[in-house]
Amino acid sequence: MQPSPLRDLIVGTFVALGLATLAYLSIQVGGISYAGRGGLVLYATFDEIGGLKPRAPVAVAGVTVGQVRSIELDDLLRARVTLEVDEGLELPIDSSAGIRTQGLLGDQFVALEPGGDDVLLTNGEELEFTESALSIERLIGRFVHDSGIDAGTE
Amino acid sequence: MNAIRDLGFRTVSLVAHLGRVTAFVGEIGRSTVAPPWRFRRFVAELYDVGVLSLAIVCLSGATVGAVLGLQGYVTLSRFGAEGSLGAVVGLSLVRELAPVLTALLVTGRAGSAMAAEIASMVTTEQLDGLRMMSVDPVDFVVKPKALAMLCAMPLLNGLFIVFALFGGYLVGVELLGVDGGTYVSSVEQSINFEDDILGTLLKSVIFGALVGIIATYRGYTSEPTSAGVSAATTGTVVTGSVSILLFDYVITALWGV
Repeated sequence: MQPSPLRDLIVGTFVALGLATLAYLSIQVGGISYAGRGGLVLYATFDEIGGLKPRAPVAVAGVTVGQVRSIELDDLLRARVTLEVDEGLELPIDSSAGIRTQGLLGDQFVALEPGGDDVLLTNGEELEFTESALSIERLIGRFVHDSGIDAGTE
Repeated sequence: MNAIRDLGFRTVSLVAHLGRVTAFVGEIGRSTVAPPWRFRRFVAELYDVGVLSLAIVCLSGATVGAVLGLQGYVTLSRFGAEGSLGAVVGLSLVRELAPVLTALLVTGRAGSAMAAEIASMVTTEQLDGLRMMSVDPVDFVVKPKALAMLCAMPLLNGLFIVFALFGGYLVGVELLGVDGGTYVSSVEQSINFEDDILGTLLKSVIFGALVGIIATYRGYTSEPTSAGVSAATTGTVVTGSVSILLFDYVITALWGV
Protein backbone atom coordinates (compact mmCIF):
# COMPACT_ATOMS: atom_id res chain seq x y z
CA MET A 1 0.00 0.00 0.00
CA GLN A 2 1.48 3.31 -1.12
CA PRO A 3 1.45 6.12 1.44
CA SER A 4 -0.75 8.95 0.26
CA PRO A 5 -0.39 12.17 2.27
CA LEU A 6 -3.52 13.79 0.88
CA ARG A 7 -5.73 10.83 1.77
CA ASP A 8 -4.21 10.66 5.24
CA LEU A 9 -4.99 14.32 5.69
CA ILE A 10 -8.59 13.85 4.57
CA VAL A 11 -9.07 10.84 6.82
CA GLY A 12 -7.52 12.75 9.70
CA THR A 13 -9.89 15.65 9.10
CA PHE A 14 -12.83 13.25 9.03
CA VAL A 15 -11.82 11.63 12.31
CA ALA A 16 -11.20 15.01 13.95
CA LEU A 17 -14.56 16.27 12.72
CA GLY A 18 -16.35 13.18 14.00
CA LEU A 19 -14.67 13.35 17.38
CA ALA A 20 -15.46 17.06 17.58
CA THR A 21 -19.16 16.42 17.03
CA LEU A 22 -19.13 13.68 19.66
CA ALA A 23 -17.36 16.00 22.10
CA TYR A 24 -19.86 18.75 21.32
CA LEU A 25 -22.76 16.38 21.90
CA SER A 26 -21.29 15.10 25.16
CA ILE A 27 -20.21 18.40 26.66
CA GLN A 28 -22.58 21.02 25.31
CA VAL A 29 -25.74 19.07 24.56
CA GLY A 30 -25.25 16.23 27.04
CA GLY A 31 -24.22 18.66 29.75
CA ILE A 32 -21.42 16.72 31.45
CA SER A 33 -19.58 20.01 31.87
CA TYR A 34 -21.85 20.98 34.74
CA ALA A 35 -20.60 18.08 36.83
CA GLY A 36 -17.05 19.36 36.81
CA ARG A 37 -17.74 23.08 36.77
CA GLY A 38 -17.28 24.79 40.09
CA GLY A 39 -20.44 26.84 40.39
CA LEU A 40 -22.07 28.16 43.53
CA VAL A 41 -23.79 25.30 45.36
CA LEU A 42 -26.92 26.09 47.36
CA TYR A 43 -29.36 23.88 49.21
CA ALA A 44 -33.09 24.25 49.54
CA THR A 45 -35.50 22.01 51.42
CA PHE A 46 -39.06 21.64 50.19
CA ASP A 47 -42.12 19.88 51.62
CA GLU A 48 -43.25 18.93 48.14
CA ILE A 49 -41.29 19.12 44.90
CA GLY A 50 -43.95 17.83 42.51
CA GLY A 51 -42.30 16.71 39.29
CA LEU A 52 -38.94 18.46 39.75
CA LYS A 53 -36.08 16.45 38.32
CA PRO A 54 -32.29 16.66 38.41
CA ARG A 55 -30.94 18.96 35.64
CA ALA A 56 -34.06 21.12 35.79
CA PRO A 57 -33.21 24.80 35.33
CA VAL A 58 -32.77 27.28 38.15
CA ALA A 59 -33.93 30.77 37.23
CA VAL A 60 -33.85 34.28 38.65
CA ALA A 61 -36.55 36.50 37.15
CA GLY A 62 -37.00 33.91 34.41
CA VAL A 63 -33.34 33.92 33.39
CA THR A 64 -31.67 30.53 33.70
CA VAL A 65 -28.70 30.79 36.03
CA GLY A 66 -28.01 27.15 36.87
CA GLN A 67 -29.56 23.77 37.34
CA VAL A 68 -30.71 21.24 39.92
CA ARG A 69 -27.82 18.93 40.68
CA SER A 70 -29.50 16.34 42.89
CA ILE A 71 -32.60 15.67 44.95
CA GLU A 72 -32.53 13.66 48.16
CA LEU A 73 -34.87 12.84 50.98
CA ASP A 74 -33.64 14.24 54.32
CA ASP A 75 -34.13 12.86 57.85
CA LEU A 76 -37.38 14.77 58.31
CA LEU A 77 -38.76 13.20 55.10
CA ARG A 78 -38.53 16.42 53.17
CA ALA A 79 -36.93 16.91 49.78
CA ARG A 80 -33.44 18.41 49.98
CA VAL A 81 -32.56 19.90 46.59
CA THR A 82 -28.99 20.76 45.64
CA LEU A 83 -28.80 23.71 43.27
CA GLU A 84 -25.80 24.72 41.21
CA VAL A 85 -25.83 28.30 39.98
CA ASP A 86 -23.37 30.57 38.19
CA GLU A 87 -20.40 31.51 40.30
CA GLY A 88 -20.75 35.28 39.97
CA LEU A 89 -24.38 35.36 41.09
CA GLU A 90 -24.88 37.72 44.04
CA LEU A 91 -27.96 36.55 45.93
CA PRO A 92 -28.98 38.15 49.23
CA ILE A 93 -29.09 35.75 52.17
CA ASP A 94 -32.83 36.16 52.61
CA SER A 95 -33.62 35.06 49.04
CA SER A 96 -36.31 32.43 48.63
CA ALA A 97 -36.69 29.44 46.34
CA GLY A 98 -39.94 28.25 44.82
CA ILE A 99 -40.89 25.47 42.43
CA ARG A 100 -42.78 26.80 39.43
CA THR A 101 -44.03 25.39 36.18
CA GLN A 102 -43.21 26.71 32.73
CA GLY A 103 -46.66 27.36 31.35
CA LEU A 104 -49.59 25.19 32.32
CA LEU A 105 -48.16 21.82 31.29
CA GLY A 106 -44.47 22.65 31.05
CA ASP A 107 -41.54 21.28 33.02
CA GLN A 108 -40.94 22.36 36.58
CA PHE A 109 -38.03 24.56 37.55
CA VAL A 110 -36.69 26.30 40.63
CA ALA A 111 -37.33 30.04 40.72
CA LEU A 112 -35.11 32.09 43.04
CA GLU A 113 -36.58 35.31 44.42
CA PRO A 114 -33.84 37.73 45.54
CA GLY A 115 -34.36 39.18 49.02
CA GLY A 116 -33.31 42.57 50.35
CA ASP A 117 -30.49 41.75 52.76
CA ASP A 118 -26.97 43.16 52.31
CA VAL A 119 -25.36 39.84 53.26
CA LEU A 120 -24.87 37.55 50.28
CA LEU A 121 -25.33 33.80 50.06
CA THR A 122 -22.07 31.90 49.89
CA ASN A 123 -21.13 28.46 48.65
CA GLY A 124 -22.89 25.55 50.40
CA GLU A 125 -25.48 27.67 52.22
CA GLU A 126 -29.09 26.79 52.73
CA LEU A 127 -31.94 28.88 51.34
CA GLU A 128 -34.16 29.58 54.36
CA PHE A 129 -37.42 30.40 52.65
CA THR A 130 -38.90 27.90 50.27
CA GLU A 131 -42.20 27.54 48.52
CA SER A 132 -43.34 24.05 47.57
CA ALA A 133 -44.64 22.97 44.23
CA LEU A 134 -48.28 23.66 43.56
CA SER A 135 -50.09 20.41 43.05
CA ILE A 136 -53.14 20.82 40.84
CA GLU A 137 -54.64 17.60 42.20
CA ARG A 138 -54.33 18.92 45.76
CA LEU A 139 -55.85 22.25 44.76
CA ILE A 140 -58.82 20.52 43.17
CA GLY A 141 -59.12 18.24 46.19
CA ARG A 142 -59.18 21.22 48.54
CA PHE A 143 -61.75 22.99 46.37
CA VAL A 144 -63.98 19.94 46.29
CA HIS A 145 -63.60 19.49 50.05
CA ASP A 146 -64.29 23.14 50.88
CA SER A 147 -67.37 23.37 48.72
CA GLY A 148 -68.95 20.51 50.63
CA ILE A 149 -69.21 18.07 47.77
CA ASP A 150 -68.45 14.57 48.99
CA ALA A 151 -67.13 12.35 46.25
CA GLY A 152 -68.19 9.18 48.09
CA THR A 153 -71.89 9.85 48.59
CA GLU A 154 -73.91 11.50 45.87
CA MET B 1 -44.67 -17.07 -3.79
CA ASN B 2 -41.10 -16.63 -4.87
CA ALA B 3 -40.59 -13.88 -2.36
CA ILE B 4 -41.84 -16.08 0.47
CA ARG B 5 -39.59 -18.95 -0.58
CA ASP B 6 -36.74 -16.51 -0.88
CA LEU B 7 -37.37 -15.17 2.61
CA GLY B 8 -37.53 -18.69 4.02
CA PHE B 9 -34.33 -19.63 2.26
CA ARG B 10 -32.59 -16.53 3.60
CA THR B 11 -33.78 -17.21 7.13
CA VAL B 12 -32.61 -20.82 7.07
CA SER B 13 -29.25 -19.95 5.55
CA LEU B 14 -28.87 -17.14 8.09
CA VAL B 15 -29.22 -19.62 10.93
CA ALA B 16 -26.94 -22.10 9.20
CA HIS B 17 -24.32 -19.40 8.75
CA LEU B 18 -24.40 -18.24 12.37
CA GLY B 19 -21.84 -20.79 13.46
CA ARG B 20 -19.48 -19.89 10.65
CA VAL B 21 -19.98 -16.19 11.37
CA THR B 22 -18.89 -16.78 14.95
CA ALA B 23 -15.72 -18.50 13.78
CA PHE B 24 -15.15 -15.70 11.29
CA VAL B 25 -15.52 -13.04 14.00
CA GLY B 26 -13.10 -14.99 16.16
CA GLU B 27 -10.61 -14.95 13.32
CA ILE B 28 -10.99 -11.18 12.85
CA GLY B 29 -10.57 -10.71 16.59
CA ARG B 30 -7.43 -12.85 16.64
CA SER B 31 -5.86 -10.96 13.72
CA THR B 32 -6.78 -7.66 15.39
CA VAL B 33 -4.88 -8.35 18.59
CA ALA B 34 -1.87 -9.94 16.85
CA PRO B 35 0.60 -8.05 14.65
CA PRO B 36 0.93 -7.03 11.84
CA TRP B 37 -1.41 -4.11 12.52
CA ARG B 38 -1.84 -2.99 8.88
CA PHE B 39 -2.59 0.54 10.04
CA ARG B 40 -2.09 2.04 6.59
CA ARG B 41 -4.70 -0.25 5.08
CA PHE B 42 -7.03 0.67 7.94
CA VAL B 43 -6.64 4.36 7.08
CA ALA B 44 -7.37 3.64 3.42
CA GLU B 45 -10.54 1.77 4.40
CA LEU B 46 -11.54 4.54 6.78
CA TYR B 47 -11.37 6.84 3.79
CA ASP B 48 -13.67 4.57 1.77
CA VAL B 49 -16.16 4.00 4.57
CA GLY B 50 -16.09 7.26 6.45
CA VAL B 51 -15.02 10.09 4.20
CA LEU B 52 -16.93 8.92 1.15
CA SER B 53 -20.11 8.43 3.21
CA LEU B 54 -19.78 11.91 4.67
CA ALA B 55 -21.83 13.73 2.03
CA ILE B 56 -24.82 11.39 2.11
CA VAL B 57 -24.83 11.18 5.91
CA CYS B 58 -24.67 14.95 6.40
CA LEU B 59 -27.28 15.66 3.74
CA SER B 60 -29.66 13.01 5.10
CA GLY B 61 -29.07 14.30 8.60
CA ALA B 62 -30.04 17.84 7.70
CA THR B 63 -33.10 16.62 5.80
CA VAL B 64 -34.28 14.34 8.59
CA GLY B 65 -33.81 17.13 11.12
CA ALA B 66 -35.78 19.52 8.94
CA VAL B 67 -38.64 17.05 8.56
CA LEU B 68 -38.68 16.35 12.30
CA GLY B 69 -38.77 20.08 12.96
CA LEU B 70 -41.71 20.53 10.63
CA GLN B 71 -43.65 17.51 11.89
CA GLY B 72 -42.93 18.28 15.52
CA TYR B 73 -43.95 21.89 15.08
CA VAL B 74 -47.30 21.03 13.48
CA THR B 75 -48.17 18.62 16.29
CA LEU B 76 -46.78 20.67 19.17
CA SER B 77 -48.36 23.95 18.07
CA ARG B 78 -51.78 22.34 18.57
CA PHE B 79 -51.01 22.27 22.29
CA GLY B 80 -49.15 25.54 22.28
CA ALA B 81 -45.99 23.69 23.20
CA GLU B 82 -43.64 24.86 20.44
CA GLY B 83 -41.06 25.46 23.13
CA SER B 84 -40.53 21.71 23.37
CA LEU B 85 -39.61 21.41 19.69
CA GLY B 86 -35.94 21.08 20.53
CA ALA B 87 -36.66 18.25 22.94
CA VAL B 88 -38.76 16.38 20.37
CA VAL B 89 -36.18 16.74 17.61
CA GLY B 90 -33.19 16.12 19.86
CA LEU B 91 -34.50 13.12 21.78
CA SER B 92 -35.95 11.25 18.83
CA LEU B 93 -32.73 11.85 16.92
CA VAL B 94 -30.21 10.94 19.55
CA ARG B 95 -32.00 7.95 20.96
CA GLU B 96 -33.35 6.37 17.81
CA LEU B 97 -33.21 7.94 14.39
CA ALA B 98 -29.58 8.98 14.09
CA PRO B 99 -27.88 5.65 14.89
CA VAL B 100 -30.39 3.60 12.90
CA LEU B 101 -30.53 5.83 9.82
CA THR B 102 -26.76 6.32 9.77
CA ALA B 103 -26.26 2.58 9.96
CA LEU B 104 -28.79 1.96 7.16
CA LEU B 105 -27.19 4.63 4.97
CA VAL B 106 -23.68 3.34 5.58
CA THR B 107 -24.83 -0.21 4.85
CA GLY B 108 -26.14 0.93 1.50
CA ARG B 109 -23.29 3.25 0.70
CA ALA B 110 -20.20 1.46 2.05
CA GLY B 111 -21.26 -1.99 3.25
CA SER B 112 -22.45 -3.06 -0.19
CA ALA B 113 -19.25 -1.80 -1.83
CA MET B 114 -17.20 -3.62 0.77
CA ALA B 115 -18.98 -6.92 0.14
CA ALA B 116 -18.75 -6.50 -3.65
CA GLU B 117 -15.03 -5.77 -3.46
CA ILE B 118 -14.24 -8.84 -1.39
CA ALA B 119 -16.60 -11.00 -3.45
CA SER B 120 -14.91 -9.99 -6.70
CA MET B 121 -11.56 -10.73 -5.08
CA VAL B 122 -12.91 -14.20 -4.36
CA THR B 123 -14.12 -14.52 -7.97
CA THR B 124 -10.82 -13.46 -9.48
CA GLU B 125 -8.92 -15.71 -7.02
CA GLN B 126 -7.03 -12.83 -5.51
CA LEU B 127 -7.63 -14.16 -2.01
CA ASP B 128 -6.15 -17.50 -3.09
CA GLY B 129 -3.21 -15.55 -4.47
CA LEU B 130 -2.72 -13.95 -1.08
CA ARG B 131 -2.87 -17.34 0.61
CA MET B 132 -0.23 -18.64 -1.80
CA MET B 133 2.06 -15.84 -0.69
CA SER B 134 1.22 -16.94 2.86
CA VAL B 135 -0.60 -13.68 3.57
CA ASP B 136 -3.72 -14.29 5.62
CA PRO B 137 -6.61 -12.73 3.64
CA VAL B 138 -8.61 -12.19 6.84
CA ASP B 139 -5.73 -10.22 8.25
CA PHE B 140 -4.91 -8.33 5.06
CA VAL B 141 -8.32 -7.68 3.49
CA VAL B 142 -11.11 -8.35 5.99
CA LYS B 143 -9.75 -6.94 9.25
CA PRO B 144 -9.03 -3.37 8.06
CA LYS B 145 -12.46 -3.14 6.45
CA ALA B 146 -14.38 -4.44 9.47
CA LEU B 147 -12.44 -2.22 11.87
CA ALA B 148 -12.91 0.83 9.65
CA MET B 149 -16.66 0.21 9.68
CA LEU B 150 -16.62 -0.13 13.47
CA CYS B 151 -14.71 3.14 13.93
CA ALA B 152 -16.45 5.19 11.26
CA MET B 153 -19.98 4.49 12.48
CA PRO B 154 -19.94 6.46 15.76
CA LEU B 155 -18.21 9.38 14.05
CA LEU B 156 -20.76 9.48 11.25
CA ASN B 157 -23.50 9.14 13.82
CA GLY B 158 -22.23 12.21 15.65
CA LEU B 159 -22.12 14.17 12.40
CA PHE B 160 -25.63 13.03 11.55
CA ILE B 161 -26.96 14.27 14.89
CA VAL B 162 -25.27 17.65 14.63
CA PHE B 163 -26.48 18.20 11.07
CA ALA B 164 -29.99 17.08 11.98
CA LEU B 165 -30.13 19.43 14.97
CA PHE B 166 -29.02 22.16 12.58
CA GLY B 167 -31.72 21.16 10.06
CA GLY B 168 -34.33 21.23 12.81
CA TYR B 169 -33.05 24.64 13.86
CA LEU B 170 -33.31 25.98 10.30
CA VAL B 171 -36.92 24.88 9.91
CA GLY B 172 -38.11 25.48 13.46
CA VAL B 173 -36.39 28.78 14.14
CA GLU B 174 -35.74 30.42 10.80
CA LEU B 175 -38.84 29.25 8.98
CA LEU B 176 -41.53 28.72 11.60
CA GLY B 177 -40.47 31.31 14.12
CA VAL B 178 -39.74 29.31 17.27
CA ASP B 179 -37.37 31.28 19.48
CA GLY B 180 -33.78 30.22 18.79
CA GLY B 181 -32.69 30.24 22.42
CA THR B 182 -35.74 28.20 23.42
CA TYR B 183 -34.93 25.59 20.78
CA VAL B 184 -31.30 25.25 21.80
CA SER B 185 -31.97 25.18 25.54
CA SER B 186 -34.76 22.66 25.00
CA VAL B 187 -32.30 20.42 23.15
CA GLU B 188 -29.64 20.82 25.82
CA GLN B 189 -32.02 20.25 28.70
CA SER B 190 -33.74 17.17 27.36
CA ILE B 191 -30.61 15.29 26.36
CA ASN B 192 -28.29 14.04 29.05
CA PHE B 193 -24.97 12.32 28.79
CA GLU B 194 -25.47 9.03 30.63
CA ASP B 195 -28.74 7.96 29.06
CA ASP B 196 -28.84 9.53 25.65
CA ILE B 197 -25.33 10.25 24.39
CA LEU B 198 -23.81 7.04 25.73
CA GLY B 199 -26.85 5.19 24.38
CA THR B 200 -26.43 6.56 20.89
CA LEU B 201 -22.71 5.72 20.99
CA LEU B 202 -23.45 2.18 22.15
CA LYS B 203 -25.96 1.73 19.36
CA SER B 204 -23.70 3.05 16.63
CA VAL B 205 -20.73 0.97 17.81
CA ILE B 206 -22.85 -2.19 17.82
CA PHE B 207 -24.31 -1.34 14.41
CA GLY B 208 -20.82 -0.62 13.07
CA ALA B 209 -19.55 -4.00 14.24
CA LEU B 210 -22.66 -5.67 12.86
CA VAL B 211 -22.42 -4.12 9.39
CA GLY B 212 -18.68 -4.65 9.26
CA ILE B 213 -19.04 -8.34 10.07
CA ILE B 214 -21.99 -8.93 7.74
CA ALA B 215 -20.42 -7.14 4.77
CA THR B 216 -17.04 -8.82 5.05
CA TYR B 217 -18.53 -12.23 5.80
CA ARG B 218 -20.93 -12.02 2.85
CA GLY B 219 -18.10 -11.06 0.53
CA TYR B 220 -15.66 -13.59 1.94
CA THR B 221 -18.04 -16.55 1.65
CA SER B 222 -19.55 -15.61 -1.73
CA GLU B 223 -19.70 -17.99 -4.69
CA PRO B 224 -16.79 -17.35 -7.08
CA THR B 225 -19.10 -16.23 -9.91
CA SER B 226 -20.53 -12.92 -11.09
CA ALA B 227 -23.87 -13.99 -9.63
CA GLY B 228 -22.04 -14.60 -6.36
CA VAL B 229 -20.81 -11.00 -6.33
CA SER B 230 -24.30 -9.63 -6.80
CA ALA B 231 -25.73 -12.06 -4.23
CA ALA B 232 -23.13 -10.93 -1.71
CA THR B 233 -23.95 -7.28 -2.33
CA THR B 234 -27.71 -7.77 -2.08
CA GLY B 235 -27.32 -10.04 0.91
CA THR B 236 -25.26 -7.46 2.74
CA VAL B 237 -27.86 -4.76 2.31
CA VAL B 238 -30.81 -7.00 3.18
CA THR B 239 -29.26 -8.86 6.12
CA GLY B 240 -27.53 -5.73 7.31
CA SER B 241 -30.66 -3.58 7.32
CA VAL B 242 -32.83 -6.23 8.95
CA SER B 243 -30.31 -7.00 11.67
CA ILE B 244 -29.78 -3.29 12.37
CA LEU B 245 -33.51 -2.89 13.00
CA LEU B 246 -33.68 -6.10 15.06
CA PHE B 247 -30.67 -5.17 17.17
CA ASP B 248 -32.06 -1.70 17.62
CA TYR B 249 -35.11 -3.18 19.28
CA VAL B 250 -33.01 -5.53 21.40
CA ILE B 251 -30.68 -2.76 22.58
CA THR B 252 -33.61 -0.49 23.39
CA ALA B 253 -35.36 -3.27 25.28
CA LEU B 254 -32.23 -4.25 27.22
CA TRP B 255 -30.78 -0.86 28.11
CA GLY B 256 -33.70 1.44 27.53
CA VAL B 257 -31.88 3.87 25.27
